[in-house]
Amino acid sequence: MPGKLKAKIVAGRHLPVMDRASDLTDAFVEVKFGNTTFKTDVCHKSLNPQWNSEWFKFEVDDEDLQDEPLQVTVLDHDTYSANDAIGKVYIDIDPLLCSEAASVISGWFPIYDTIHGIRGEINVLVKVELFNDLNRFRQSSCGVKFFCTASIPRCYRAVLVHGFVEELVVNEDPEYQWIDRIRTPRASNEARQRLISLMSGELQRKIGLKVLEMGGNAVVGYLQCFDLEGESGLVVRAIGTACTLDKLSSGSAPNTNTHMHPSTAPASNACNSPSKDGKDVSVHEFLHTRSPLAHGCRSTHNSPVHSACSSQRLSQNFSVSVPTLIFTGMGSGGSVGKEAGPLKTLLRQQTQTALEQREFPFFTLTSFPLGFLVHVGGVVSARSVKLLDRIHNPDEPETRDAWWEEIRQEIKSHAKALGCHAVVGYSESTSICEEVCILSASGTAAILNPRYMREGCLDIGITDHRFEEPSPPSCGFCHIPYDELNMPFPAQLTYCYLCRRQKVPDVLFTTINLPAEAAVTGKGCLIQARLCRLKKKAQGEVNATAISNLLPFMEYELHTQLMNKLKLRSMNALFGLHIQISVGENMLLGLASATGVYLTALPPPGGIQIAGKTPGDLSAEHHILTIQKRINDTIAKNKELYEINPPELTEEVLGSPVPDSRQRSRLFRSHSESSDEVSELDLSHGKKDAFVLEIDDTDAVEDIHSLLTDAPTPTGFYSCNTEIMPGIYNWTSGVQMFTSVRVFRLSNANLTNQGLNKIFTDLCENLLKSFYFKLRSMIPCCLCQLNFTVAVPEEELIQVTVTAVAMTFDKDQNQEKTADKPPAKGGNETEEQLQFPLELCADPSSANCQPASKVSGVPECSNFSSRVSSLERSSPLPEGRSRSLRSNRSFGGISVTVVKMTPLSFLPGTRIIKYLGIINMFFIRETTSLREEGGVSGFLHTFIAEVFSMVRAHVAALGGNAVVSYSMKECMLMENPNKNQAQCLINVSGDAVICVRETDQEPTPSTASIGQTCTSATDEAT
Amino acid sequence: MTMELDVFVGNTTIMDEEVYQLWLDGYTVNDAVRVRMDGGVMEECEASADVLLSDTMDQYRTFQMCERLLHSPSKLGNQLLFQIPPHRQAMLIERYYTFDDGFVREVLGKKLSKGTKKDLDDIGAKTGVTLKSCRRQFDNFKRVFKVVEELKGPLVENIHHHFLLSDKLARDYAAIVFFANNRFETGKRKLQYLTFQDFAFCAGQLISNWTVGAVDNMVEDMDVDLDKEFLQDLKELKVLINDKDLLDQHKSLVCTALRGKTNNLNEMETNFKNLSRGLVNIAAKLTNAKDVRDLFIDLVEKFIEPCRSDRWTSADVRLYLTHYNNSVHLLDTFKHQVVWNRYMDVVKSSINILHVRLDESEGLSCFMEKKKSQRWGSCSSCRSPHSLAPGQTGGGLRDLFWAPTQPGRQQPVGRTHRSGRRRSIRKKDSLIAARGGLPHL
Repeated sequence: MPGKLKAKIVAGRHLPVMDRASDLTDAFVEVKFGNTTFKTDVCHKSLNPQWNSEWFKFEVDDEDLQDEPLQVTVLDHDTYSANDAIGKVYIDIDPLLCSEAASVISGWFPIYDTIHGIRGEINVLVKVELFNDLNRFRQSSCGVKFFCTASIPRCYRAVLVHGFVEELVVNEDPEYQWIDRIRTPRASNEARQRLISLMSGELQRKIGLKVLEMGGNAVVGYLQCFDLEGESGLVVRAIGTACTLDKLSSGSAPNTNTHMHPSTAPASNACNSPSKDGKDVSVHEFLHTRSPLAHGCRSTHNSPVHSACSSQRLSQNFSVSVPTLIFTGMGSGGSVGKEAGPLKTLLRQQTQTALEQREFPFFTLTSFPLGFLVHVGGVVSARSVKLLDRIHNPDEPETRDAWWEEIRQEIKSHAKALGCHAVVGYSESTSICEEVCILSASGTAAILNPRYMREGCLDIGITDHRFEEPSPPSCGFCHIPYDELNMPFPAQLTYCYLCRRQKVPDVLFTTINLPAEAAVTGKGCLIQARLCRLKKKAQGEVNATAISNLLPFMEYELHTQLMNKLKLRSMNALFGLHIQISVGENMLLGLASATGVYLTALPPPGGIQIAGKTPGDLSAEHHILTIQKRINDTIAKNKELYEINPPELTEEVLGSPVPDSRQRSRLFRSHSESSDEVSELDLSHGKKDAFVLEIDDTDAVEDIHSLLTDAPTPTGFYSCNTEIMPGIYNWTSGVQMFTSVRVFRLSNANLTNQGLNKIFTDLCENLLKSFYFKLRSMIPCCLCQLNFTVAVPEEELIQVTVTAVAMTFDKDQNQEKTADKPPAKGGNETEEQLQFPLELCADPSSANCQPASKVSGVPECSNFSSRVSSLERSSPLPEGRSRSLRSNRSFGGISVTVVKMTPLSFLPGTRIIKYLGIINMFFIRETTSLREEGGVSGFLHTFIAEVFSMVRAHVAALGGNAVVSYSMKECMLMENPNKNQAQCLINVSGDAVICVRETDQEPTPSTASIGQTCTSATDEAT
Repeated sequence: MTMELDVFVGNTTIMDEEVYQLWLDGYTVNDAVRVRMDGGVMEECEASADVLLSDTMDQYRTFQMCERLLHSPSKLGNQLLFQIPPHRQAMLIERYYTFDDGFVREVLGKKLSKGTKKDLDDIGAKTGVTLKSCRRQFDNFKRVFKVVEELKGPLVENIHHHFLLSDKLARDYAAIVFFANNRFETGKRKLQYLTFQDFAFCAGQLISNWTVGAVDNMVEDMDVDLDKEFLQDLKELKVLINDKDLLDQHKSLVCTALRGKTNNLNEMETNFKNLSRGLVNIAAKLTNAKDVRDLFIDLVEKFIEPCRSDRWTSADVRLYLTHYNNSVHLLDTFKHQVVWNRYMDVVKSSINILHVRLDESEGLSCFMEKKKSQRWGSCSSCRSPHSLAPGQTGGGLRDLFWAPTQPGRQQPVGRTHRSGRRRSIRKKDSLIAARGGLPHL
């Protein structure tokens, strides 16, 4: 009996009128936990009752404490008939179970009814007294902290990253039980809400147990999802990354990592003069050989029912034109470390043993501490089509487990094929239509720094420093991890444009956030590929096979679109890539979103070359010329828009450091026959090979048109789907999180794939346009973490749900930057040639030496503060200004706490001082008076506003003032306008935090932004 | 692209002030979109009609959801459904309770009953305010009236406290409540030239001098009901006209004081008895509810019109009233100085404002005449230059709205007026114009 839960009902306000005669309400409250119920007195004839109840005490197991929510029901007392329910509040007491989180829950909660929505508010006080439990066979996992944030939380330090944890629980869906036929919709909704709350509590507890087993104390990047499989049941599953976290004392800077010890001087020397000292060189060399980067994407598809049918139908022929995509089955493991020195082998062994102990070396993190990520290989993804059947025994969810297991194996093998031992930015999702279910998983193959995996290594960081990463962090992660003689897909490798020592691919796709230390040219932008494919209606296995046949083609086309759009924007890397394929009865929808970036380390992208199939046709050629011109114009315009002005490279510079580079690149170039032609026709884009689009049929024409129809973002706006926008560093405190939902009904006129594509594209584009319009008052601003979700809720309906945050930034610094750039561009060629070597040296030295010299007096201090100082040195004015701007804003002093919400892991201009616990809420809302509530739009508008308000209320009750890493995982709407009915399910999650405005002495919370500013500032300085 | 469903919800509720105004003014979504399009938002932000429609719908929905809260503004501050920054809340409330002067002028002094509500469509048509907006305004009046009716303490403060309105708006509402409660007649043709603000000024005077609250500030309805005792006492003033000696004495005191200060001394002397009788009779009759209602009409008929026919200037009127009032204090036999003061303070300032407005409106009607006369030839009623500013060039929303209802008018005529609210003034204009100018007295 290790816990005592105490609850007190204080008061209510704004209650609805329950008694028409008196226009008043006789309210009382039932407080229920587990099977125990307490009641307050009836507060007669008041809409603002004061109960001021005694403390209701529940003596319970901590297992129950974790699983069960506290259930507060407000009722209207009726002497003669049954008491009427006004509404309920479910309070998740999990945050109280962790000593570091909240200590008391106290505040006003909206009283929620699944039929009527919010009806007044109730003030509740909840406390928990925990007794120590020394039983090592315990079933509870109290004390394990959960974070939705997919990076190391701001006020913690990662001591150890243990790895992947996953769990899944299944149950029958109450909505489909026989009893549902006789109970009221309200009872049914409440049963469902309660069940899911219980299940997610159980899930969290089980994952907590796994974490404790691994020796960790926290889960970061916790991602929990529901699969409503209808008849066949309800699945709640979660994945996360187990870690051991250390709380940083409030004074020290966040993300201070010992491994960033400033003694990196030798490394920078090595960079400056590689031949100086044999030992240094070897260290350097080894790091570089190890550092890979890859671009590319592998994915597979399993067809239904048996993995035996697992399809490997697509192969190389597709990859010829799109080098980033490969469809293969299990790839052969990348050949590892053939030419690696002894150090490298040693390192690999260590890493591998550390990682191989784990079944799945997966990490749900998308941002990493400096030095964690060594090389990135490319996107790996796997999809599998399954037929659902009834879950017979909820206690043994083996089928579902096996399905996911299969997919994870696939991912693991893909990563191996890319020469990587880990997968980062890993996520899983499903799309269900009737009995068909597509399971998807994707991530980014990567090589990680082993220090985080090994026990105790962090503490001996100094002696261990030969393993440290002295290669410029701004490009290291781009270097390929795989063996260039045994590449998993045809890619054109060149020497890194920053360090010139290691090979980099021409394009890089990843699912993670842009590493803070990466060197970026210009700004990034949101890139989306959208695709619709019609499919015949079918049942069972036939349907599943049809879907799995379509999948590879969709994946291929989405990649082609992404690639084209990337080139059109003159960029060479994608971050935060998320590909969603959603299944409906008669169509499949594919939506790929990512943030395009120009990585300075990667070669400049070639242009897009249009080629016609029929050379003789004059009109066709004319047509092609026009399109070509339009494309070239667009590229030029985009370069200007995104401020992409990479330093021009001459072949000499490129070739000189490693003599055999040309040979090799020629070798690879032979894969694409177009190189000569291209350099002739496409002078404007330099010497790089252009990307050839062939117009051989109307489809291709359509494709090209759709390529060009993406409207540019209006002036003053930027958008991305990653945490922050590459190229914007000076955020101010304006934050507006929003959710938008649109449903489009297709007219049943015989639709073609093209017609559908057009509609779908317009739908997405219009959504973006309306965001820009609505948020125009925030200009200059950037839409971050734009998260699109598509669904086909019914035949002929397409639903798009978007959650994102608009953040303002200081324009001044921006202008300064653009003003600074043109002169550099205007310089003549000789200057540019001179500039380059300079930059080569300056970059690592300014990043590493400056901290070293500055920090000497302050040994404990990270390079963090020194980075700040270097930043301030290079541009002191804007920094000062943005601070003064911030201080003008206040958090307001009204009676209701202002709670900010953001899908990002931080709030600009503030510092998170405490994480109060995870928010994970599930709501159902139903109406039988749809018209009266303003139609579906009115209904959903109210519901989303209600969900926001309940999230805010819970956070405020925990003592918090913000939600970070907020996401809306599910927004499922079912309507029946004829019956005047609608039902909607929403699942949201996030981390409740307390944040304070950053004071002038404190470093900015966003390491990322500072790191980037630093690099770019040095870039400018050269 | 028409959407089956289209919503946008921000954590901080997004509200566009312009759309809010359109909503308050009772525009339908489509009309509002049209107005916004004409306003040029689209070019400004590279938006399309679809985007504008979707945005307008979203905002309208938000406002509808908020409306319930706006009915008791104090709830807006501690509700949890919408996160609205305090200054935005204040804006929402203030605008929601703001009314059209043209509209309020029509219902001022009327009983705020269902009957009046039924006539709203007529009033709407007359004033050019949409029915929806009329209803909102009318319901606001009614709601405020209902709430403050049963409260103790000063009226303005109660309104200010319960509805979180600005001081100015709270005062206006106090005037509306006061007029509605006492049912002052304001709709007669002879009072048409007065604006709501003129009456609001008088109401302020009445509230601070003639109500129960003027002497005792902790009774119910203290600022809403006139002080019965005081009205009873007013009967005593009759001695000023009934006692021949007192009347003559008063007259000679006034005339002496006025000598040399005005050109109209003769007229003042001749009219003295008449005017004095008028004012004192008004006072004496105020115990009668019917006569209370006719207070303003009586002031116009018994005092302003005689002055007018003698061509007194406003300065003359002010001068006359000052000395008329002050001279009473020199009458040793007159014992009711306190009551007299309490009465005259209000009457003096009311008459002043009524007269000044009449002056102005004469000019105004002249101006209207002149506009017409550009077609006919010459201005019939005046030759002198008026103290009128040329029409301000306004390109606002209102113009767009008003233009079609006033096809004859090219340019809305704005006037420099002590009330800074161009909108309401213009509305009054249209009203006047619709009736073919002001009555000439």
